Amino acid sequence: MTRYVRRFSRTERAFHWTNATFFLVLLASGLVLYLPSLEVAVGRRALVKDVHFWTGVAWPTALLLVALLGDRRGLLRLAREIDGFDRDDLTWLAGRRHVPQGRFNAGQKINATLTAAFTVLFVVSGLLLWLGERDTKLRFASTVVLHDGLFFAAFALLVGHLYLAVIHPATRHALRGMVVGTVREEWAAHHHAKWKPQ
Amino acid sequence: MDEQTHRIGRGVFLATVAGGVSSLFWGKAAWTRVTGVVSPVAETLVPVLPSSGWRIYSVADHLPTFDRASWRLKIGGLVDRPLALDYAALRRLPRVEQVSTFHCVTGWTVTNVRWAGVRIADAIGPAQPQSRARALRFVSAEKPYVDYLTLDQSRLHDVLLAYEMDGKPLSRAHGAPLRLVIPDMYGYKNVKWLERIDLVPESEAGYWEALGYDRDAWVGRSNGYGT
Repeated sequence: MTRYVRRFSRTERAFHWTNATFFLVLLASGLVLYLPSLEVAVGRRALVKDVHFWTGVAWPTALLLVALLGDRRGLLRLAREIDGFDRDDLTWLAGRRHVPQGRFNAGQKINATLTAAFTVLFVVSGLLLWLGERDTKLRFASTVVLHDGLFFAAFALLVGHLYLAVIHPATRHALRGMVVGTVREEWAAHHHAKWKPQ
Repeated sequence: MDEQTHRIGRGVFLATVAGGVSSLFWGKAAWTRVTGVVSPVAETLVPVLPSSGWRIYSVADHLPTFDRASWRLKIGGLVDRPLALDYAALRRLPRVEQVSTFHCVTGWTVTNVRWAGVRIADAIGPAQPQSRARALRFVSAEKPYVDYLTLDQSRLHDVLLAYEMDGKPLSRAHGAPLRLVIPDMYGYKNVKWLERIDLVPESEAGYWEALGYDRDAWVGRSNGYGT
């Protein structure tokens, strides 16, 4: 009989999938606006622009709602967990992957941290693009560069994330944790030795 | 967590946000340097990337389609002999070539674009403009896009009605078969999919200018830049 332990709470999963959903809609609509070949094929730039902009506004709003309506304390604990790096985490980051890790390994902490920072920057630069079209005082020659650069960085992060979560045999069991909340006890013991599930 | 925990996450977060926000002041210069090296490679590897620097902006639901048989460039307004040039007649006008830089008001720039086309004077001269005419209205097949130049602006040495870009006939995305090129002004003055040029008494607000952009869109000296 396989034993399972709970890795992600309902609030954590809701937070993750809300973020993922909005990100994918923004990615799809953003690519249509960005890639000349898609722009020619799809057209309707004004409509796609509206979809992209309002999805971008709804994105942090929805995340905030999930946080407010969900387990706020749990999310604060989660933030502290991601913020803290112990000596084993630093060893892991230095490339020695066989040190024991907590509920999140150091790479996952970095991924979550960068994702959060990118979200802030996406929203700020996106708002500046929108405002700059309306008021020249808020127009910077580099806003579009920041927004595009973020896309490349976030896309690279997403590809790595999807590879580890869906394809790589050793780690893809983690996807179950993000879908139903639980993972196999022996898998957790192997990948997250220092984590003591409740 | 072990005994000694370093609060590193917040540092990474803040540094990333700070670096990103500060890039508003150095991003374009850095990007130009990087793409100078990367874009020829990236373009070969991933041909769909806009690595040559172009973005395709449009205002209508669909980009206009060029039909060689039915396309005409109409020249009208304050002229004695209104004209309708077909594509072959357009190509028989004196051909000029130039290399110029294209600046978009949103911040991107494409250097060394090779254009071929005709000077405006050669296109409108045969229509015999009247002396009351002081400006030109450029009407796009993409409705309702329109923009204006004064006659003086249209006589700048590198203003062109372009039908070729980088050695090939203008593509649909870039305004086939004919677009206006005025390198000293931002891209929104460079009307794509031209189908009509009218001589008018004075310059008016074009499509973007009605939405608050500057009528005289000088690169680096308008729309909030360089002031």
